[in-house]
Amino acid sequence: MLVTLTFYLLAAVAVMAAFMVVAARNPVHSVMYLILTFFSAAGLFILMGAEFLALLLIMVYVGAVAVLFLFVVMMLEVDFVEIKQGFLQYAPFGLVMAFILFLEMVLVGAAYFFGDSGVPDTDPEVSNLEAIGSVLYTDYALFFEGVGLVLLVAMIGAIVLTHRARDGVRRQDVGRQVARTREAAIKKVDIEPGEGIGP
Amino acid sequence: MNYQLILPEILLALCASFLLGIGVSKKGNRAPVIRNVAIALLVIYALVGPVLGGRSGPAANGMLMIDAYAHYLKFFLGLSGAAALLLSKSYLKTEKLDHFEFSVLLLYAVLGMGVMVSANNMLALYIGIELQSLALYVMAAFNRDSLRASEAGLKYFVLGAISSGLLLYGITLVYGFTGSVDFDGIAAAVASNGYSSGVIAGMVFILCGLAFKISAAPFHMWTPDVYEGSPAPVTAFFASAPKLAAIALMARVIIGPFDGIMDQWQSVIIVLALLSMFVGAVGALMQTNIKRLMAYSSIANMGYALVPLASGGEEGVRGMLIFMTIYIISITGIFACILQMRNRDGVVEQISDLSGLSRTNRGMAFSLTALMFSLMGIPPLLGFFGKLFAFWHAASVGLVWLVVAALIASVIGAFYYLRIVKIMWMDEGGREFIAPPASLAWTSTVSVAMVFLTIIPFIAIPARGWVEQASTSLF
Repeated sequence: MLVTLTFYLLAAVAVMAAFMVVAARNPVHSVMYLILTFFSAAGLFILMGAEFLALLLIMVYVGAVAVLFLFVVMMLEVDFVEIKQGFLQYAPFGLVMAFILFLEMVLVGAAYFFGDSGVPDTDPEVSNLEAIGSVLYTDYALFFEGVGLVLLVAMIGAIVLTHRARDGVRRQDVGRQVARTREAAIKKVDIEPGEGIGP
Repeated sequence: MNYQLILPEILLALCASFLLGIGVSKKGNRAPVIRNVAIALLVIYALVGPVLGGRSGPAANGMLMIDAYAHYLKFFLGLSGAAALLLSKSYLKTEKLDHFEFSVLLLYAVLGMGVMVSANNMLALYIGIELQSLALYVMAAFNRDSLRASEAGLKYFVLGAISSGLLLYGITLVYGFTGSVDFDGIAAAVASNGYSSGVIAGMVFILCGLAFKISAAPFHMWTPDVYEGSPAPVTAFFASAPKLAAIALMARVIIGPFDGIMDQWQSVIIVLALLSMFVGAVGALMQTNIKRLMAYSSIANMGYALVPLASGGEEGVRGMLIFMTIYIISITGIFACILQMRNRDGVVEQISDLSGLSRTNRGMAFSLTALMFSLMGIPPLLGFFGKLFAFWHAASVGLVWLVVAALIASVIGAFYYLRIVKIMWMDEGGREFIAPPASLAWTSTVSVAMVFLTIIPFIAIPARGWVEQASTSLF
């Protein structure tokens, strides 16, 4: 009962939020609704027992991709109101696409309920995370490290190709600050009247 | 779990990361020190297999196969990486590109190649390729203030990404139809259930992805631009080690998992070989830039190297190994000469700049001539034996027409090698090059000396036994 209720709640929120992504006037609001959609979808994944996918969805899509979208949207400064003027013009095309997507989903659902999906059932005792982790860090540990090296090389590449060492930048040097004494910093000058401070 | 056999790779990765850490944290330009350490590391990496008696066996749950084949290739990969670093020394210094990252990236690239040549699993294959490719993309664009170098890097990156896509698509198809990513598992599935069209499609995609990496036609489009745009020492590296690693991996893939469907991959390899030979030979005819010319030359030479592979079997792999080994020796020497092309205004890359070289710099003219003759395959130079072993077996298993085509392409190719020789010895004038640094002169001298080595049987015969051992271990 509770599961069903949660499902309908999450599904309803997901659909509403997805609708608001395209309907919202302010593009920043659109991205916020997109994040809400992701969260609801992640909840649906958890209900299905695919908790690893749910975590990935939140970490990768919400944590990185959606935030990136947000930055891009904020920086682009596109007049979205103007773009939305042509909404009616594209509406028939959008409806056709939506219909095709709907048909595909019906097919997938029908195949799942009435046919053998061909996907082997997972052991309910072992969670996704455990199953992936138990081979990722043992049998495939070497490749896991290898992928880490690939990412490291990509990072070195990005830095090599873009970083420019700037000369003449004053950096804070705590050691020098602490070592500075009163004698080195202050000079007492006895100024004769009418002469001013020399160089 | 057997991690002992891949200890050299693990240590190389750790040392490269350590050098990276030192380079980042130390103030001042540490590039020269880091380069010297990297050269030493690569030489040790090259020697560790042969010196420790070439212990072999599956490593890391059989995902990597360390055998005599891998040891042989790692020896040459390590040495050619060290040679590339040696060649880069004076160039990077004068072009004000002397950053320590160059050495570190090259170490990671060689590490990736080490994984590639010992891959026994599609995952190892892919990760090895990506590790070396990513490092190479960055090295191509290393001179980031030069428009041409940036273009070369970007072009290489985009086309490399496409080739990775092809490769991955092929791997998923093969996995889907055989249920394994392990080379042994795929071989067993192919042998027991026969093969389906899915496996063949997957295999063709994998071969196409690898063909990109060895710049075999029709996947060669990036080569001339990347060779021309990249800094010269990077081009020298591109022309040697990655080609050797990729073609060795190709041999491993067709001999390992797809051994049972030889009739299927044979036609693919033959098409790649034929196209490469002629595209390389004809494309080079009109070039005026020597790096571009060497790009077409490398396309043609990859075509020749594919001829023995197409004939299959142990003898075929041996022919490919001999040909490629001799090729990278010659090409390193040629690039050591190209890097010496520098007059008072800076680096020159036109072939016409070589005119009158026999009068201004007789030693370099002689080296370049010997190396060009070796690439042409004129006896008794080393290059002749490369082509002899490469084509002999193919002719004996009935691919005579392919060998005839290869010989025709060689004759066309001889034209442009001879043109360089003619410009050096017979043309007038040209400005004098400034005196080269010792490292370049030495590298070219060593390479020329090796090109003449075959005359001495004491050296040639044991080396042949080593190649034999390497090619046998693959079966």
